[in-house]
Amino acid sequence: MTDWSGYLSLILQGAVVTVQLTVMGSALALVMAFVAGLGRLSRFAGLRWLATAYIEFFRGTSIFVQLFFAYFVLPFAGISLTPLQAGVLALGLNVGAYAAEVVRGAILSIGKEQYEACIALNLSRWQCMRRIIVPQALLVMLPTFGNNAIELLKATSVVSLISLADMTFQANIVRSQTGNTLFPFATILILYFAFAMIITFSIRALERRMARGLDGVRN
Amino acid sequence: MTEPIIKIDAISKSFGNFQVLDGLSMQVMPREKLALIGPSGSGKTTILRILMTLERIDAGHIAIEGEQLYHMPKNGGLVAADERHLTKMRQKIGMVFQLFNLFPHMSVIDNVTLAPMLTKGVARAAAEKRAMELLDMVGMSEKAKAMPAQLSGGQKQRVAIARALALQPKIMLFDEVTSALDPELVEEVLNVLWKLCAETDMTMLLVTHEMGFAHDFADRVLFFDRGKIVEEGKPDEMFSNPKQERTQTFLRKIIAAGHRV
Ligand SMILES: Nc1ncnc2c1ncn2[C@@H]1O[C@H](COP(=O)(O)OP(=O)(O)OP(=O)(O)O)[C@@H](O)[C@H]1O
Ligand SMILES: [Mg+2]
Repeated sequence: MTDWSGYLSLILQGAVVTVQLTVMGSALALVMAFVAGLGRLSRFAGLRWLATAYIEFFRGTSIFVQLFFAYFVLPFAGISLTPLQAGVLALGLNVGAYAAEVVRGAILSIGKEQYEACIALNLSRWQCMRRIIVPQALLVMLPTFGNNAIELLKATSVVSLISLADMTFQANIVRSQTGNTLFPFATILILYFAFAMIITFSIRALERRMARGLDGVRN
Repeated sequence: MTEPIIKIDAISKSFGNFQVLDGLSMQVMPREKLALIGPSGSGKTTILRILMTLERIDAGHIAIEGEQLYHMPKNGGLVAADERHLTKMRQKIGMVFQLFNLFPHMSVIDNVTLAPMLTKGVARAAAEKRAMELLDMVGMSEKAKAMPAQLSGGQKQRVAIARALALQPKIMLFDEVTSALDPELVEEVLNVLWKLCAETDMTMLLVTHEMGFAHDFADRVLFFDRGKIVEEGKPDEMFSNPKQERTQTFLRKIIAAGHRV
């Protein structure tokens, strides 16, 4: 009789790594999305160019190569990262490039009458962005951000390639030690799905909270 | 002799190939209530938008209280105004839009307090106190905590007026502020304008199709057509005895369309 609880705890250890990667990767992606998304809309050509270069580069190359680069090549430039750091960096920059386009699109979706109200009230460009445009655009971004976070969650498994012991990595260990495929892969299938659901429902809750009052429904 | 508060000198404005204003000049005296009337597309909105710096001019000069709006002195000459100069000049001017342009993600009171807090450094408590006075004046203090989407059009417009007033501009621009409203809501907004007219010494420029209101409200009426002032005068003369053919035609059409004069 195999002791499944020991193997389960192995997989759960991996799940902790997967969650860490997802949370930290999403945080980095969020920052990059705003930096690059606003950068693309900047008045300054240099900033626009930099943001575009970042977005196109990270969308145009694969996450595998980006991860290998972060882990195996950066040390030659004197930057040695732990596998977790390399994973967060690659995932955050990669997904951030996609999410930057979401930020840009959402900001462009806000009508020009809101900008004109800002000018009539003498707000600076920055005040207008921060207090008027971005808060409204955030609501437009949220659903797609949820998708981006789920994409990132699913992409975390690439880190097993730099031998970071995430959930997929551990499931493979369990498979090779027990010869059983159903238990480890059914377990991580359920866990990935559960994590994705948590993201989906958190985003929905956030969306409802932020949309409060915007639709004219009293509450 | 008092100086005009607004001095528009030979300004031109084109959108692409289409010239809306061609060398327009006009002056407005302090505290004057001016009604701008004229057919659709005659450039009334464009003039207000230019004064609010929402559109740039191609040629000419505008002075507000003797100070250039789109130019600033440099090395003995005039150069194009930078953002800082525009920011300074905008403090003198406020605008109320046809479609209100409230900030939908903010409560009524936050809509009113935001700009004074951000642009004048007014403390929150003071800004809210002032906002409540203004909301009271426009009859909206009970809705201070409401979100814009919960308000009727007339209520939104009254909030928008309070919001613009919070910055205490010397000049207020009103662009067809009742045109988007259901007929039964027009009155409540016009009443607020009346109050402003009676209780403040702001200079007011009003673009409107409400000829009855323009007649009672304005010190002077300007009739525009194709970017030019065709005729101007006291409301009584303008409405009962217009001199120009085009003014007569316009007023006849407006009356036929059911507007009171
Ligand atoms: N952003 C723009 N791009 C192109 N054309 C414009 C723009 N804004 C205004 N115009 C044109 O300029 C002319 C004057 O417009 P304006 O809005 O000032 O007229 P108006 O007198 O306010 O008319 P209405 O009574 O219909 O509001 C119109 O022919 C309009 O189509
Ligand atoms: Mg107009």
